[in-house]
Amino acid sequence: MQLEIAQNHNQPNSQTYNYKVVRQFAIMTIVWGIVGMLVGVIIAAELIWPDMTFGIQWLSFGRLRPLHTNAVIFAFGGCALMGTSYYVVQRTCQARLISDRLAAFHFWGWQLVIVLAAITLPLGYTQGKEYAELEWPIDVLITIVWVAYAIVFFGTIMRRKTAHIYVANWFYGAFIVTVALLHIVNNAAVPVSFWKSYSAYAGVQDAMIQWWYGHNAVGFFLTAGFLGMMYYFVPKQAERPVYSYRLSVVHFWALIFTYMWAGPHHLHYTALPDWAQSLGMLFSLILLAPSWGGMINGMMTLSGAWHKLRDDPILKFLIVSLSFYGMSTFEGPMLAIKTINGLAHYTDWIIGHVHSGALGWVAFITFGSMYYLIPRLFGLKQMYSVRLISLHFWVATIGVVLYIAALWISGVMQGLMWRAVNPDGTLTYSFVEGVKASYPYWTIRLIGGSLFFIGMLIMTYNVIRTVMMGHAYDAPIPATLPSHSDLKIGGLGSLQPAQGD
Amino acid sequence: MIESLWLLIPLSVVLAFVIGACFWWAAGAGQFDDLSGPGERILQDDDSVPDELITIKEETIPDLINIKLPK
Repeated sequence: MQLEIAQNHNQPNSQTYNYKVVRQFAIMTIVWGIVGMLVGVIIAAELIWPDMTFGIQWLSFGRLRPLHTNAVIFAFGGCALMGTSYYVVQRTCQARLISDRLAAFHFWGWQLVIVLAAITLPLGYTQGKEYAELEWPIDVLITIVWVAYAIVFFGTIMRRKTAHIYVANWFYGAFIVTVALLHIVNNAAVPVSFWKSYSAYAGVQDAMIQWWYGHNAVGFFLTAGFLGMMYYFVPKQAERPVYSYRLSVVHFWALIFTYMWAGPHHLHYTALPDWAQSLGMLFSLILLAPSWGGMINGMMTLSGAWHKLRDDPILKFLIVSLSFYGMSTFEGPMLAIKTINGLAHYTDWIIGHVHSGALGWVAFITFGSMYYLIPRLFGLKQMYSVRLISLHFWVATIGVVLYIAALWISGVMQGLMWRAVNPDGTLTYSFVEGVKASYPYWTIRLIGGSLFFIGMLIMTYNVIRTVMMGHAYDAPIPATLPSHSDLKIGGLGSLQPAQGD
Repeated sequence: MIESLWLLIPLSVVLAFVIGACFWWAAGAGQFDDLSGPGERILQDDDSVPDELITIKEETIPDLINIKLPK
């Protein structure tokens, strides 16, 4: 088996995969990771030293905070998803991307979107919608780039040489389709000038649309997409098939059928009708089932081979990311319960929850996948230094734990202080007393975030050395894998199922 | 002013039907006929770089390329 494939590599005319665009996205994942996390560290410091940027408006918390969220989600996370999706779809379909030009347009278009965001957000151009701040001209550009992405991705699936579409592609596909829909609906706006527009919706209607978008962005950008990554890179790195392929298929369909209505939990105790709030809470609780099904499925991939976890820091990243996924998908439904939300909403607990998902799940699965991917894109067996991966893992893990533990404490404290009343009905604490009490925890958060950023710098060094050591490598497409040679492949609807070997 | 639920609920219903149609197609196309083989098959696709194609530019650190993982 190994021998046959190795021989294929020597065929001079064999067609290769398009690794170039994967390489580009992989490198930019690292670059935007540094930028996004650095801005995060700066705004965490601004909470402790509000005057540290000398009152320069472009560097104020309100301007940099959306830059941080956009950079880490759409630039760092986006490039990671796009790069890995192009890798996974090519490898599992055994087909080159349908169009190199369109893929290149996608890459450069997306980088342009990010650069425009990095300029306009500090300047204060914003729609004022969380995670959808970018003004309408950039939104139009995103739409065009996204269509190119969808064409390349689904076109490649259409020309696959394998009968079966591997489950990771279903997750990536759901992410691409749903994010397109969310983006268009939530960014519907009436432009009044080139850099100013007003939302097509108003008041609580706007809020409902915004959080329908906002939570589904969490669900399909930060969950479904990264689950696609998980279902490919965890089995590959563990060298074991996913614990239950059947469960992974159930996981996919259950998740996408139930995700859409969790959004109203962001609007508990607001002007949104009570029934809509309860509906959001109910669907959020239901989501626990598919989420944990997927988490257990990923973790149990290592069953019988747990010793690998001891030696392999890449696997540590991947498996610990799943435990954070499990934690945040338990915490999320709990926070969606109205009574708990009454305590936690608007406090640091929510920010801690987001970061347990974003740092623990999204960033960790990305780090693990990139450490797997980058050597393969640069003609090497493994990264420049495995020890530095290990160091990155421990520094980042300590960082996340400090970060979320500090904000749990400050969050619950804030919630309790805000609701405390004296026997005569007056508030026990003024708001600023809650702020004052939060400083120690914000300091711990800054330390945790800085550790996470240092981990990112360690990774960057390791990646630079790896790239310097290797050379751009485009793997040939194996002529046919033995297990697929007996397939009859016709039109889309007439594919014959693969025979189990 | 658009009532948001008049947009979101029909959208969700349409989407549910689209997902249902995808599921229907997938079942008909035999995507669910073998629910164990595909998991094994991605492991048969060897995506590591073959030894003979590895060339290391930097000679100063050859020991790191095949570093043994700490036991």
